[in-house]
Amino acid sequence: MEFFRIKHDIPFMSYGRYTTSISLVTFLFAVFFLATKGLNFGVDFTGGTVMEMHYAQSADLPKVRAQLAETGLPDAMVQNFGSSYDVLIQVPAKQNASGSKLSDQVLASLRKQDNSVEMRRVEFVGPQVGKDLINNGELALLLVSMGIVGYLWLRFEWKFGLAAIIANLHDVVIILGFFAFFQWEFSLSVLAAVLAVLGYSVNESVVVFDRIRENFRTMRKAEVSHIIDNAITRTMSRTIITHGCTQMMVGAMLFLGGETLHYFAMALTIGILFSIYSSVLVASPLLMMFGVSREDFIKPEKTETQEILP
Amino acid sequence: MNQYPLWKYLLILASLLAGLIYTLPNLYGESPAVQVSPLRTSLKADAALQDRVGSILKAANLDPELVMLEDNSVKARFAITDSQLKAKDVLAAQLGEDYVVALNLLPRSPRWLTDLHALPMYLGLDLRGGVHFLLQVDMKAALTKSLDSATEDIRSSLREKDIPYTGVDREGDALVVKFRDADARSKGEAEIKQRYTDYALDDSVQGKEFHLLVTLRPEAAKRIQESAVQQNLLTLRNRVNELGVAEPVIQQEGADRVVVQLPGVQDTARAKEILGRTATLEVRMVDEEHQAAPGATVPFGDDMFKDKDGKMLFVKKRVILTGDRINDAQPGFDNRTNEPTVNISLDGVGARLFKDATRVNVGKRMAIILFEKGKGEIVTAPVIREEIGGGRVQISGSMSSAEAQDTSLLLRAGALAAPMEIIEERTVGPSLGADNITRGFNSTKIGFIMVAAFMMAYYLMFGVISVLALAANLLLLIALLSMLQATLTLPGMAGIALTLGMAIDANVLINERVREELRNGVTPQAAIHAGYDRAFATILDSNVTTFIAGIALFMFGSGSIKGFAVVLCLGIMTSMFSAVLISRAIVNLMYGRKARLAKVAIG
Repeated sequence: MEFFRIKHDIPFMSYGRYTTSISLVTFLFAVFFLATKGLNFGVDFTGGTVMEMHYAQSADLPKVRAQLAETGLPDAMVQNFGSSYDVLIQVPAKQNASGSKLSDQVLASLRKQDNSVEMRRVEFVGPQVGKDLINNGELALLLVSMGIVGYLWLRFEWKFGLAAIIANLHDVVIILGFFAFFQWEFSLSVLAAVLAVLGYSVNESVVVFDRIRENFRTMRKAEVSHIIDNAITRTMSRTIITHGCTQMMVGAMLFLGGETLHYFAMALTIGILFSIYSSVLVASPLLMMFGVSREDFIKPEKTETQEILP
Repeated sequence: MNQYPLWKYLLILASLLAGLIYTLPNLYGESPAVQVSPLRTSLKADAALQDRVGSILKAANLDPELVMLEDNSVKARFAITDSQLKAKDVLAAQLGEDYVVALNLLPRSPRWLTDLHALPMYLGLDLRGGVHFLLQVDMKAALTKSLDSATEDIRSSLREKDIPYTGVDREGDALVVKFRDADARSKGEAEIKQRYTDYALDDSVQGKEFHLLVTLRPEAAKRIQESAVQQNLLTLRNRVNELGVAEPVIQQEGADRVVVQLPGVQDTARAKEILGRTATLEVRMVDEEHQAAPGATVPFGDDMFKDKDGKMLFVKKRVILTGDRINDAQPGFDNRTNEPTVNISLDGVGARLFKDATRVNVGKRMAIILFEKGKGEIVTAPVIREEIGGGRVQISGSMSSAEAQDTSLLLRAGALAAPMEIIEERTVGPSLGADNITRGFNSTKIGFIMVAAFMMAYYLMFGVISVLALAANLLLLIALLSMLQATLTLPGMAGIALTLGMAIDANVLINERVREELRNGVTPQAAIHAGYDRAFATILDSNVTTFIAGIALFMFGSGSIKGFAVVLCLGIMTSMFSAVLISRAIVNLMYGRKARLAKVAIG
């Protein structure tokens, strides 16, 4: 079986103007939603209390809300979680609140109403912890970006490092844009997924870059744009199949992994889809824009031949 | 050209065998167990205790599968949770207060596996259920507390030397000692400088008064804060012992935070109450009028407690002061008699209470009682020789220096050096933990089956080889996680699925390269060789970048995210090994020997 048997190189580079402008538009949309709607940060970052309760029968949400209001928590958010038996209660962090004791009060109060209620999960995060997590997240993002640029610089050339990181940070912004647009909860595990995507989608650029480097050595007379087109066309089969396989795993998590893994898998899914696009149709045009040339790779050979000449 | 030397095959075989052995315990799973460990470090779990546990269980008709001695505790394993719970109650009732009886899980794997240190993966709290607390130590309060006690100390030493002063007050982070004239101030300054090296002194004149500004030196402040965290850790350990948790984790995190993890604990309200409690130590008067004996009726208004030697004493119910009034307790020696002593320093309120109590009770005995597991024990019951003011208490008489050391440790451990606040709590109920395991396992299984089916259909024989390599990858990854006993969390399980999905990339790269070479008209043997050779550089490059992301996540992530990072990094290493070496070895074994290979099944 073979999906991709492409005889001629597809002239990707001549579409460069369109593809980069498409991604620029998507990027600007993402930035727009991030700026206007903002991320819906989860309790990990904002602080507050999240409780997951399990009832023996379908939970009566209005009754739960009324009971909580009586306990002094009228602003608690109550919703079903996964099934009608499970209820998720979210209470934002407040100054002078009872902090970690809140969950015990809530449980005691709900027990009065229905003794079958069972506490499945409690997460209480103080505001100072959330601030630390945001700082650490930013630091991690910075470190990953610098590490990747540094490595690609070492392995290839600075042009490659820069092109790859721009293409992939653009993926990151787009993932965040999706989370802002749909107001999905941005939790700690989503942040982990975003960072993993950053490392993973650079793979894609690396595979194409590797081919470009190889082609510079083997296709001695070809144009730069032709070299890049050839590299992309010949790695395309691998690109689609690899991402397809990874997506099968991530898809299984998305549908079977439960609520906790759902948004983690969602971030990965968006990241995988856009990384195919960006590494092929953003990183490579950028590389051309930076003026990659044969001399970037075969300088040492030239000096050798010069020495041999009398 | 496609042949490995024998040692390479042997290396691969050995690593697969090791992988299989260390993965096995995960297949056997774990059984409910009861763990008995001594409460105090002076007691040891030994063969005698093991026999005792065995006979108690036998007498109660509970048939443990195994009773064994490990890491200073005796563990008994049961087939069902019901007998585990019964066994806990029976043992707790019969062994008495010297031992902690806790519920635990023990691997069900055969003895020879356990002897190889082959254990199942260590499950995080989100998978096994339990409580995670992050506590913040109030460092400012630690400094305030030590300044408060310095206030008392400076007052009494000035008084001792007859240096006239008008007042010692705390103002913010500094103490102000007020004198009437410059002469008294210079005397006072000399005295304080000589006695208290932790403080920096500054002169100033305010109107008619001569002030001496006393501030903590930065290095002393740092030391006080560090020891406050250390003491709080010690106190928390003692308190967690009361909860009867099998494998608690109590660690310092950063400069001023403490992580407490209690696997399996469900009653979070009680856990919070015990962790946050402030007084576990009480000072009361001994009732001298009645003679205590085991089984004697306790007089009205009294309690009966045992002391360290097991002797009974009646003690008045009225509490003179509690442990949170104790700032510090250190072993020392009496200047006159050279006897070992325990020197306690009390805070301002404690000092006043103690002075009042000692004034009216000279010649009587005073008991210091430590409460552990809700049961009191008399640490020491010295005779009051004179009125004690100034908050400095010296306990002496018939003690060895080791005993003085122990007693001061117990006194210190009773109190927190600085208040703590819970700033993060994560509780996962056991049913959710079990659900999380099922979900994580199912999504990995389904994903693996889909990928395997696709690879075999698309690449035929090479697809089968890729799937075998992927299976070997999973085996090695689980073996490595079990061997390192790295904590497996739900994001960690997601990490396993993700690395498997990513690991297939290496095989796809290789297979595509082989196909391409074949299409260019190269012979099958040469195509295989070139495919593996050329793909390797790419595989390495693309894995390094993901590895960088994994390292950053490990450095900055917390808790469950760290678990994800560990799996990601280990998974990259195992996938490099299996995708390149193992799949090549299979290909070599299958095709490498045939000198004239006309065709390979790669689709």
